[in-house]
Amino acid sequence: MAIDRATVLKIARLARIEVRPEECDHLAKEISGILAWVEQLGEVDTRNVEPMTSVVAMELPRRADEVTDGNIRDAILANAPEVEGGFFVVPKVVE
Amino acid sequence: MAKLTDLTLKAAREGLAARNFSARELAEAHIKACEAARPLNAYMAETFDQARAMADGSDRRLKAGEGGLLEGIPLAIKDLFCTKGVLSTSSSKILKGFKPPYESTVTAKLWQAGAVMVGKTGMDEFAMGSSNMTSCYGAVTNPWRRKGDNKPLVPGGSSGGSAAAVAARTCLGATGTDTGGSIRQPAAFCGLVGLKPTYGRCSRWGIIAFASSLDQAGPLARDVHDTALLMRAMAGYDPKDSTSVDRPVPDYAAALNGRVKGLRIGVPKEYRVDGMPAEIEALWQKGIEWFKAAGAEIVDITLPHTKYALPTYYVIAPAECSSNLARYDGVRYGLREKGADLAELYSKTRAAGFGPEVRRRILIGTYVLSAGYYDAYYLKAQQVRTRIADDFRTGFERVDLVLTPTAPSPAFGIGEMMDDPVAMYLNDVFTVPASLAGLPAISVPAGLSADGLPLGLQLIGRPFDEETVLRAAGFMEEAAAFKAEPAWLGEGRA
Repeated sequence: MAIDRATVLKIARLARIEVRPEECDHLAKEISGILAWVEQLGEVDTRNVEPMTSVVAMELPRRADEVTDGNIRDAILANAPEVEGGFFVVPKVVE
Repeated sequence: MAKLTDLTLKAAREGLAARNFSARELAEAHIKACEAARPLNAYMAETFDQARAMADGSDRRLKAGEGGLLEGIPLAIKDLFCTKGVLSTSSSKILKGFKPPYESTVTAKLWQAGAVMVGKTGMDEFAMGSSNMTSCYGAVTNPWRRKGDNKPLVPGGSSGGSAAAVAARTCLGATGTDTGGSIRQPAAFCGLVGLKPTYGRCSRWGIIAFASSLDQAGPLARDVHDTALLMRAMAGYDPKDSTSVDRPVPDYAAALNGRVKGLRIGVPKEYRVDGMPAEIEALWQKGIEWFKAAGAEIVDITLPHTKYALPTYYVIAPAECSSNLARYDGVRYGLREKGADLAELYSKTRAAGFGPEVRRRILIGTYVLSAGYYDAYYLKAQQVRTRIADDFRTGFERVDLVLTPTAPSPAFGIGEMMDDPVAMYLNDVFTVPASLAGLPAISVPAGLSADGLPLGLQLIGRPFDEETVLRAAGFMEEAAAFKAEPAWLGEGRA
């Protein structure tokens, strides 16, 4: 399926990646090309085929619901671009 | 005595144990080789001081008779592994400056076994690529050259820096990760052995995620024995990775007895793809003959959904990547671009931080997961993935291993194949199916192309049967007697 400029802008917004208007045509062409190639999957009969959701057949392991880590605030903040008073800083969200 | 950098990992262990040289001397020899190899751009971070300190620790332990499995062995670590206090960026601008406050499980196990880190190696950004061309640190150059031609070639990808680092003998082995061929294809391009273990064999904890249902860590080394040693140190259960499998880690090197008599080797007809060079077809045939001559049984098998593996992969991997890479928001770590509000901060940071291939895959992944398209693309791909895995399951009822070429071509030139993303994706045509099925697979250097470049053959095994894979790989290595060396070793180094 060929996708158009409007679709590129829509998925770019969903993905929170700014796309410049002059890039849209090129991206639409590239993504359409890849999707067209992917569409050959339609040839495969997948009636009554379960989707593969687990690579190795195993029970999902469980552990006790208890705190195993913590008190490492400074380590967590160490790589942040902007920090103040032990918090991550972001632009104002609520007026 | 041979140069310390010419030793295999196995020989270096023996030399250290006999105290013919110290771990510090071994480290210094490899540090010197790393410095000389800077033109190859294999490393994005050098950790020489750390290597010296680790080597000194190894010498103390060796002296006390407490040496681990990899005591004093210099290794290179792919930039995808989080290493405490050392730059870990997935070779992406978006992780600029990121120094993790923790250590990945696999690297922690290597240090526990006594290994020494000489540096971190460059890779395709977020492991998305087959050429190492998408790294934010620039291309890595393959130590090999075509005969009579000085054009720089790619080392393959995404673990291209690791492959170049080992091939140029700047370390005795390296870690890689393989999502659709990212260990095996660079191993083939650089004349090395590369093993992608069964999904779940190595912990993914602390490995920067690309496509979580496919990513798997594994070793790159100069021969099969070294690969087996590294594999033993890297593998094992980790409660911190819910897909890690709790089963004992065998002594892989002990499985290398060279015997393949009676093994049933499957040859899938679907891997004879259009346009495959005659020399690769011929090498494959040669591999078949080696096994036949040694008393293995060659069985023609069919893996009917092989041609759908790549398109399946290019739905599933982008879908998982779009979800995994959502965490790069410019708030908690890495790059941050200014924005008037939070949404703009996100979108400007992500636009500036991700390269073109990563952006393309995030957009495709977002699209195939979006409302209205999920069933048509993602669910469909997951169903085809089941059929691909079923093909292997059926095949392995009749055979013990599957033998194929590793890649459809030898290493290509830097800058080639960059125009059409789908053409680049075709590099992984032989490696992606085993990834989708979660199976162990190895590439072994088996011969040279007409222009003098290494070519690899791949063996795919049953889940958690790395021992048979390695045993047959060891046999193939002996049969191939691959002794060629990269041009770099002759010209490049002092």
